[in-house]
Amino acid sequence: MTQPAHYHKVVDCQYACPAHTNVPEYLRLIAQGKFSESYLLNRESNVFPGILGRTCDRPCEPACRRGRIDGTPVAICRLKRVAADLRDDISDRLPKAPTQKNGKRIALIGAGPSSLTVANDLMPLGYSITLFEKHSQAGGLMRFNIPAFRLPASVLDEETGYILDMGVDVRYNTSVDSMQALLAEGYDAVFVGSGAPKGKELDLPGRHEGNASEVIHIGIEWLGSVHFGHVTQTAPRVLIIGVGNTAMDCCRSARRLGATSVKVVARRSRPHFKASPWELEDAEEEQVEILENHAPKRFVYEQGKLVGMEFERLVWSETNGRQSSIVSDTIIIGCDTVILAIGQDNAFPWIEKDIGIAFGEHNLPVVDKLTHQSTRAEVFFGGDAAWGPQNIIWAVEHGHQAAVSIHNHCQGISPGERLPFMMNLTSVKSGMQAWAYSNDFNPKPRAKMSHEALVNRFAGIAIEVELGFTAEQTATEVERCLNCDIETHFTSKLCIECDACVDVCPVNCLTIAAPTDSESELRTRLSAPATNLTQDLYLSEPLPQTGRLMVKDEDLCVHCGLCAERCPTAAWDMRKFDLVVPYASQQCSSKVQRAL
Amino acid sequence: MTSIAKPQIRHPGLLKNALGLTKQDYEGAMSTLCAGCGHDSVTAALVQAFWELDCPPHRAAKMSGIGCSSKTTAYFMKNSHGFNSVHGRMPSVTSGANAANRELMYIGISGDGDSLSIGLGQLSHAIRRNVRMLYVLENNGVYGLTKGQFSAASDIGSTSKKGEANVQAPIDPCLLALTLGATFVARSFSGDKAQLVPIIKAGLAHNGFALIDVISPCVSFNDHEGSTKSYKYTREHEVELTSADYVPLRSAITLAEAAKNETDGPTTVRMHDGSLVRFRNTHAGYDPTNREEAWLHVRQCQKRSEVATGVLFIDESGQDMHAVADTVSTPLADLPYSALCPGAAALDTLMKDYR
Repeated sequence: MTQPAHYHKVVDCQYACPAHTNVPEYLRLIAQGKFSESYLLNRESNVFPGILGRTCDRPCEPACRRGRIDGTPVAICRLKRVAADLRDDISDRLPKAPTQKNGKRIALIGAGPSSLTVANDLMPLGYSITLFEKHSQAGGLMRFNIPAFRLPASVLDEETGYILDMGVDVRYNTSVDSMQALLAEGYDAVFVGSGAPKGKELDLPGRHEGNASEVIHIGIEWLGSVHFGHVTQTAPRVLIIGVGNTAMDCCRSARRLGATSVKVVARRSRPHFKASPWELEDAEEEQVEILENHAPKRFVYEQGKLVGMEFERLVWSETNGRQSSIVSDTIIIGCDTVILAIGQDNAFPWIEKDIGIAFGEHNLPVVDKLTHQSTRAEVFFGGDAAWGPQNIIWAVEHGHQAAVSIHNHCQGISPGERLPFMMNLTSVKSGMQAWAYSNDFNPKPRAKMSHEALVNRFAGIAIEVELGFTAEQTATEVERCLNCDIETHFTSKLCIECDACVDVCPVNCLTIAAPTDSESELRTRLSAPATNLTQDLYLSEPLPQTGRLMVKDEDLCVHCGLCAERCPTAAWDMRKFDLVVPYASQQCSSKVQRAL
Repeated sequence: MTSIAKPQIRHPGLLKNALGLTKQDYEGAMSTLCAGCGHDSVTAALVQAFWELDCPPHRAAKMSGIGCSSKTTAYFMKNSHGFNSVHGRMPSVTSGANAANRELMYIGISGDGDSLSIGLGQLSHAIRRNVRMLYVLENNGVYGLTKGQFSAASDIGSTSKKGEANVQAPIDPCLLALTLGATFVARSFSGDKAQLVPIIKAGLAHNGFALIDVISPCVSFNDHEGSTKSYKYTREHEVELTSADYVPLRSAITLAEAAKNETDGPTTVRMHDGSLVRFRNTHAGYDPTNREEAWLHVRQCQKRSEVATGVLFIDESGQDMHAVADTVSTPLADLPYSALCPGAAALDTLMKDYR
């Protein structure tokens, strides 16, 4: 039981986060009022705490152990925003680029989250970085596709500024039209972080009739036009086709631009929607209507003017795990404008096909999953550009990994030669009956984010809806965090098999059981059956007196520490787990080690 | 001792018994005994047994005296009655309580000091009267609360924490109880709940005084190398004479099982309420229904430094205190005042009979 992987998996949020953000530690820092420290810790892994604290897809929250205990996870994402909102000026604590450069030149394409992360990781190592951005501002999708009422421009400016101000040579309003030409400029490495910029088309009858070009829009393009002020109002009746998070941004933007009737239309039923549940709720709060099981059939015109769309109403059924549908009837829903938000595609018309960069299925580049390297050694891909649309936090993680690869590549090391995850385990026992952490593991409701009043929020496109947590909400919400990184750690040779831990555990995690070869058999004869197979069992070495094993089902452990508190020999201890994630900066030391 | 309050949170899949109660409903306050104390394991075994037996907590009374062991009653069945009595007087107080209300279930918790030193006389007479109660003697062979002096249960040669050996002969509560005519005598170990829980259940079903001597190590003062009541020593020297299986009344007993009982040799004792205690002899030639043989066997184990465990003796035909005294079947607590205190005229009539 000395593998980092086991301990890492116990911290469900950190394990689920693509960037392995140390959630429990940053929540603890918030609890202590150390907002700046919390912000900086966040920044190490996710780079954009203020942005992600408002917009993250939150893979951590469905994974949160608290959800398995009392039904609702800790409001991790919005607590991240608390740290960002309340931090002091931290600019003098950020990494700096050295004045002495290392002589290597890197080109980044697109100023979105993945490219910015690469710059964030490589600038402090002395690289000279040139960033090409076709628009006039940095941020990529975060700026042009996420409306300002969810993410204020000032937050974007500040967090992209932290990176660019290290001395990145940014070429705004410069689109890269030829990869070949760019490579000819002799960069040591090129990173493609240009996203998946092409909104999907819906080729149905009537798509290009009458006034279609004025009233039928592609979602992400329309959001971009709203951002740049090219679109400032909409017709009263708007239909949004598709029910992903882009659709949610479109429908809520439309409400702010004068639409009075906004309907989002989906082919499937609600459990299959791509949009996050909270985004659906926020849209419905603004009187957006969401229609299920409607498949678009054609655009309807009267005298050359769009007046509605015809839909087939579907009834879905499942046989042998496969979903199928039959059409019950059709319906025409009236509208003046249609916005298509049914997905995005990658597009690389600017990468020549004969320069050693191979493309595979769906016109996506062939990219190594671990190293982000393309088939041309000095070209790397990340973010949506690599494997199609994902989300911001994945783009950030791609940036970190690509930075390691680029660093290796430029230092003459194979990009595949990477440091493993490592860990530190430190006891948190701080005295008699005193442990250096605090959590409230008894059932407690999740803090509810308060919103700007409906009557106020439609006054402008940039009025932020979420108001942040109050001090009281923050104080109770951080205590809801179970501190899963303060982990139970067992030393077999100290155990006297007194059963104290087994008896005191409030959630029946522990069993002293006879050894077995079959984990599935063992799972059935524990204090409580271990039915959640996604959660591991912790198995000790044989115990000294009887040779039995201490078995812990990690599933529902609330990290109360009572097992360690009631252990007479300190065989159980509570230890703080620190995952050591290797970034490009650590990769440096590996080379030094090799040299030694 | 712990500074952490007992959590409200529990496993979401906690099972309910026939009364709709979970094990949590049979728990008490957070233990303030030393971490690792055997008594806490006894508590957990009691909670398990009461829950499995569907005991209504309000129909139970927890009785205790003084000592670490006597704190145990605070740690289970928080919704039951209870009396924390003077040192060693728990058996007498329980006798009185049982006389007044024969319908409650009495659980006396005591220790080797409370029972075998200051309270030995009380214990002996409760056994003699066959007061219907479960008597759990948490035996750690040491005065833990006063920091580790030898108790009346310390074996000769067993050493104190500082290394001094005991020279006085111990009192074995099981041999004592067999001598005094006890009708249910058992010994178990706090570190072996698989054995302890069925014995507690059998003891609760017994129609009379049920003694369970539970070796319950004191982690603070008697769990060292020279101790004969440590976790390690007990595990190394435990000899299980019988293995009991308690079959509650509501379980159907299949013909196959019944046939197996007859041919395979395990002894089945039908308790007065109709439930069964089924013994499997794990020690050749041991008969838990023969008092003389039982005494001899336990004595021989003792001479070999073996700790004999299991239900050592059972006699379900004995009469309890109320049967012997031919008392009224209604609990005195429930009798109308006029029947309980019929007045001077009735007393005079009674007195005339003795003249």
